[in-house]
Amino acid sequence: MAKTKENKVVNELKGIAQTVCADITNLKQPQMQMPIRALNNVEYDEKEGFFKLLHKNKLRTLTASTIKTFAQTLRMMSLSKNLVETEDIATKREAYYVSKNWGEARFKEQPESDTVMDDIEAMLGVNREQIGFIPEEKGGAVAGELIVIDQDAETGKEIRIDCTKFGSGAYSIPSSVELLNFETKAKFILAIETSGMFERLNKHQYWKKSNCILISMGGVPTRACRRFIRRLADNKKIPVYVFTDGDFYGYFNIHRTLKVGSGNAAHINEFFCVPQAQFIGITPQDIIDYKLPTHPLKDVDIKRAKDALKNDPFVKHYKQWQKAADQQIKMKARAEQQALAKWGLNFVIDKYLPDKLKDQKTWLP
Amino acid sequence: MPERSAEELAKKQREISIAEFFEKNRHLLGFDNPRRALLTAIKEGVDNALDACEEGRILPEVNIELIQLTETRFRIIMEDNGPGIIPKQIPKIFAKLLYGSKFHKLSATRGQQGIGISATVLYSQLTTGKPTTILSKTAANKKAHLFKLKIDTVTNNPDIIEDKETDWEGKEKGTRIELELEGAYIKGRQSVDEYIKETAIVNPHCTLIYTNPEAQQIIFPRATEELPPEAKEIKPHPYGVELGRLIKLLEITETKTLQQFLTTEFVRVGPGTAKEICQNSSLLPNTKPEEVSREMAEKLYEGIQKTKIIAPPIDCISPIGSELLERGLRKEINAEFYCSITRPPMVYRGNPFIIEVGIAYGGEQEAETTIRVMRFANRVPLLYQQGACAITAAIQQNSWRSYGLNQSKDSLPVGPCTVAVHISSVWVPFTSESKEALAHYPEIIKEIKLALQEAGRKLASFINKKKRLNDESKKRGYIEKYIPHVAEALKEIINFDENKQKEIEQKLGEILEKTRGELEDLSIDNPDYDPELAEIGKEEETEENDEEEQKPKKKNKREE
Repeated sequence: MAKTKENKVVNELKGIAQTVCADITNLKQPQMQMPIRALNNVEYDEKEGFFKLLHKNKLRTLTASTIKTFAQTLRMMSLSKNLVETEDIATKREAYYVSKNWGEARFKEQPESDTVMDDIEAMLGVNREQIGFIPEEKGGAVAGELIVIDQDAETGKEIRIDCTKFGSGAYSIPSSVELLNFETKAKFILAIETSGMFERLNKHQYWKKSNCILISMGGVPTRACRRFIRRLADNKKIPVYVFTDGDFYGYFNIHRTLKVGSGNAAHINEFFCVPQAQFIGITPQDIIDYKLPTHPLKDVDIKRAKDALKNDPFVKHYKQWQKAADQQIKMKARAEQQALAKWGLNFVIDKYLPDKLKDQKTWLP
Repeated sequence: MPERSAEELAKKQREISIAEFFEKNRHLLGFDNPRRALLTAIKEGVDNALDACEEGRILPEVNIELIQLTETRFRIIMEDNGPGIIPKQIPKIFAKLLYGSKFHKLSATRGQQGIGISATVLYSQLTTGKPTTILSKTAANKKAHLFKLKIDTVTNNPDIIEDKETDWEGKEKGTRIELELEGAYIKGRQSVDEYIKETAIVNPHCTLIYTNPEAQQIIFPRATEELPPEAKEIKPHPYGVELGRLIKLLEITETKTLQQFLTTEFVRVGPGTAKEICQNSSLLPNTKPEEVSREMAEKLYEGIQKTKIIAPPIDCISPIGSELLERGLRKEINAEFYCSITRPPMVYRGNPFIIEVGIAYGGEQEAETTIRVMRFANRVPLLYQQGACAITAAIQQNSWRSYGLNQSKDSLPVGPCTVAVHISSVWVPFTSESKEALAHYPEIIKEIKLALQEAGRKLASFINKKKRLNDESKKRGYIEKYIPHVAEALKEIINFDENKQKEIEQKLGEILEKTRGELEDLSIDNPDYDPELAEIGKEEETEENDEEEQKPKKKNKREE
């Protein structure tokens, strides 16, 4: 099964190269076609629950101004083919260093090589791992009423990881989560933006108190983190609640990406989204209701909000989010999760979260 | 201190002759330092020679010889092939200040006031005590006449030391002036050499033969056999006349009535306009000019300003022509781009004028310094007082960044560029009698700016094109750099052999070449460039500079 899939990737890579090659042989300008990876090429499908790719494609024609990227894309495809054929993997960073052998075609900075990698991924319509590349960042931290069933890499024997047994530490989500299984009786998953808040809730064993699984996303969730939450929530049919800072980054970068995916990796949103995620806080209304200390909004914050109102299909779909964004723009203020500490360090555990979880009306989609 | 009576003071009050005045204020005439004095003397002589030839409709050939006698003393000999001067006139022309043919008429000649050459004679006499020798012959069959002249500085009258008929073998006609003076011969942008060269550039119909103090003879042969159209003389336009001049004209006129006076002494005034002027001045048209009082003259002056009078005729001025100006620049500067503009004639204060601009860009010119400015007025190069000149002001006020040169606010732009500006007018408004800087008339500055902008746009399109070509060749380098990588990657993915790889490289090159088109060759061939000419006046930059051009380079000298 896995073997044929890999061959499929190799064949597709070969196919693209052969078309390019044939064009050149026939003295035609070669072209590569790939979907545009941006918010303007996705639509929000409420029924499916994620950003779906539209059909806008970019055609990269080989000219004097594109030849460098063209050469780099082909070299990266060659590297990918090699990785898949030898069943090896390379981290994005490693791929970037491999490019240092390519003389003039090498990448100066890693974001350049990441972009080319994403292009190939989108061109083939596959996941990064399928073309042999893995991210090096940690997927996220987990604590609470959950047993993760993994396999021993050497023996293939089942390993049961009890996420209540990490003490003040936590289970770290691996980069590939596809083969994990789960056992849990938890009632919900709480996805938390900051590791500071995660630490507090973990230390006071909030997961025991409210029978839940805590996951620290550490900013915008990685693909692995998103996939982990998705598989866990799907398999065990438990709801997902999102708890971030009360700012536009929390709403539209963290929550939106977790729930419906991103424009940049739209071709794989189907797998890397958590449509059942609900936003419980901190909402703009919370800032008022809980009289939270605030910071003034910066120009970039307001710009981010206006951008989202104008261009983000997710925001455009939900009146609630539009209202919330308008409310916060008028308020000209944002509040952090930790601002709740104003009312006592454990206010968040004793009062805020229980209150919020009880009152669905205070949530945002 | 005891008071002094008016009578006592009156003992010291007396008339100052114009010659005495200039003796004390020689800087006003361009004789303020030895280097400049040498240049001014030659300039006045050459100006006169060229004016004389052109008025006589003779293609000018001027011989200039500069002989160094001692460290600070020079002998200048200048000889032309002009119509010559009748003996009676010679003493007054050369040895009486403010005597000349050009002050009372308006025409685009080099000389204007009748000061220059006599001031030179005066300077020679002041610094050496020697008279100036004039030799002139008016026809092949006549004898030449020789004068040795000084100026009586008290009376401003010629002091004739010698006056005799003589033979001038082999000379058909012409004038020769020989004098000695204190001076300094230093090369550079403000040197005699530079002046003569620039004169040759803007006077392509002249042959100049110049022998410098190193006894090197340089010949600037004429580039065209065509004399410029004759500088037509026009009467003043009423708008251009100041009150004092108006009073003077009223005094000397031979006309009988005010109306007649207006119609005969001015251009563009017919009986109708004359009557209107009189009406606007509340004066009767039949008033006798000699009976016009100062108050009445003032009324007349105001009346003129109130009356609509059509602009003066403009056929009285002749430009160098953009083609000849450009050819001149090509000789002098090896650049990549040349352009020139001749504007239509315009009028300031009743005086018609024409602005011409030439630009030479790139090539061997220095890129990191301010541009070189070449200024000309009625075909005379202006080498001093650049900072005080309206031409400089116009260049500074113009915005050069949009034309591809660097410029900080209100200063000369920086770049490998030469800008030449020529003004031709029946009355060029200089800031002083040394005739080195144009006065800042708004109409003139505006017109210069328009000309600069017109030429600037051409310059900009060249600079942009050059930039595009640069980008293009960069892109081509780019192509060559990355083709092997495309082929290599394809080879790795598809596994083909090296022949196929070579084929891919070669064909990809073809494909990209096809889409680029031919690379235009911008390197220009400038057959007109004359490196020897360009060298003249270049060497030995000096410590003796204009006030406004002094740079802190003197420092090193002192430390040595």
